[in-house]
Amino acid sequence: MRAPLLESQGLHKTFGRLAAVADVSLGLTEGTLTAIIGPNGAGKTTLINLLTGLLLPDAGTVRFKGEDITRLPPHGRVRRGLSRSFQIMNIFPSLTVRQNLLLPVLARHGRNLRPLARLEGETEADAEVESLLQEIGLRERRDARAGAMSHGDQRLLELGIAMATRPELCFLDEPCSGMNPIERHAVMGLMRKLSAERRTTFVIVEHDMDVVFSLAERIVVMNHGEVLADGTPDAIRENRAVRETYLGSEV
Amino acid sequence: MALGLLLLALLFLPLVGGQYAQYLAIQVMILSLFALGFNILFGYTGLLSFGQAGFYAVGAYGCAKLLLLKPSLLFGVLGGSLLAGAAALVLGILCIRHTRIYFSMLTLAFGMMIYSIALKWRDFTGGDDGLVGVPRAPLEIPGLVSLPMTTMGRYYYFVLAITLIAVALAYRLVHSPLGLTFRGIRDSEGRMAFTGVPVRTYRLIAFVIAGLYAGLAGALLPPLENTVTPPVAHWTTSADPVLATLLGGIHAFAGPIVGAFLLFMLKDIIVRFTEYWLIWLGIIVVVLVMGFRGGVVSLVTRKWLGPHREGEQP
Repeated sequence: MRAPLLESQGLHKTFGRLAAVADVSLGLTEGTLTAIIGPNGAGKTTLINLLTGLLLPDAGTVRFKGEDITRLPPHGRVRRGLSRSFQIMNIFPSLTVRQNLLLPVLARHGRNLRPLARLEGETEADAEVESLLQEIGLRERRDARAGAMSHGDQRLLELGIAMATRPELCFLDEPCSGMNPIERHAVMGLMRKLSAERRTTFVIVEHDMDVVFSLAERIVVMNHGEVLADGTPDAIRENRAVRETYLGSEV
Repeated sequence: MALGLLLLALLFLPLVGGQYAQYLAIQVMILSLFALGFNILFGYTGLLSFGQAGFYAVGAYGCAKLLLLKPSLLFGVLGGSLLAGAAALVLGILCIRHTRIYFSMLTLAFGMMIYSIALKWRDFTGGDDGLVGVPRAPLEIPGLVSLPMTTMGRYYYFVLAITLIAVALAYRLVHSPLGLTFRGIRDSEGRMAFTGVPVRTYRLIAFVIAGLYAGLAGALLPPLENTVTPPVAHWTTSADPVLATLLGGIHAFAGPIVGAFLLFMLKDIIVRFTEYWLIWLGIIVVVLVMGFRGGVVSLVTRKWLGPHREGEQP
């Protein structure tokens, strides 16, 4: 078996007396789509925050492509090929859609720190932004103010921002929350396409079991900060402990 | 068009206006630069500083000291600005570790610290009396020009030239990749960090730029007044760019400039009728902030250019 793209060892984080993430060791294989599921408060988002550097763990290590990145700040991780979206919508609401995508593209080329350059002169970055707009289907809305768009379009834009850094590994925290079925379908299609074409490794946190079971090749179930089960969708469906604590009779 | 008219008016002001008009215009330009820098930090990057008077004072005292050392106008003015930028770099490293109210309180504290240095370090700053006898030194660039600044009119044109250059640079900056990055940080710091940008470093850059502008504004003051006294460093001076920016509008590039002009006009007009001008100014600011969030500039653009323009800038 190949070495995992990202690997955590004994990851631990407590808030007060609550162990939000307790001793989680996890390896993520390149090119797979993993879903993390579990009841509210199971520690899913905390785990992602630890892996992406938004929080620092109390104990444990995180390795990405063999490098120890446990203490690396978020921007350093992004430069190494890691990216994420947020559970609560996180775009640049007062900027246009185009500017929202231009920022991460500029950052990837290291072109932010130029006080006298013109934004209009960024032809190379612009071409990249255009193809991103095409991919997320927001070409017609390129000059709209991002904060004024519909919830679904904002979610698509957020996915676009996360993809604009050309990540090898991308964490998506509830990418389909609050979406209608058509929008959900679009997001799922996009993830499948990126996974196939760019071999992007995805990790999603999602409550919608239809999305989870139709997309994921691997499912990690969390409860009380621990990994309760880890396996293929079929194995998870059959898992008695999972059925009792989370899935119930839903699946 | 409007810009052209404004430029013409500014160019011909010394020919039609007297000493007082020129003096007032210089004050407006100084506050414009002060507020413009402040708004790069506040309106564009989302950091509200209550301590900008500190850097304004470093610019003013720095310029005065340099002019007393070597009477050359550009040396004093640019030197004062650079000193303020250096001070902003040092204090910024401590301030930008925090955001929101914590940042604001830290800047306030450092501003007050600079005030007490201006007041207490008698040997260097002259204490209460300040620095006196600062020459309005000639504009000298060796081998190029040597222009005495004996009349108010000449100094007016010098300040106008400096202001135009500084405004043009700020305009370029807010429309550059760096300016867009500042706006990204204002909108969402977390999202910005996850585009691969070291957010703190960029906050520090914005802080230093605001410091440079505050210092430049302050440095233009001593050659005008021939003296610098501690009130330039007082925290109430820090409120001037805040007020000007709120009056003019934080989300328009011209907001701080229009606001600076309005602030002086309001002061000048109201003072003729009542000594309680601060109360009236306060009422006007309250009405503007409660009724028209975007300030005067967005009010005018919305009325004249239609509502679709709103929210476009920045």
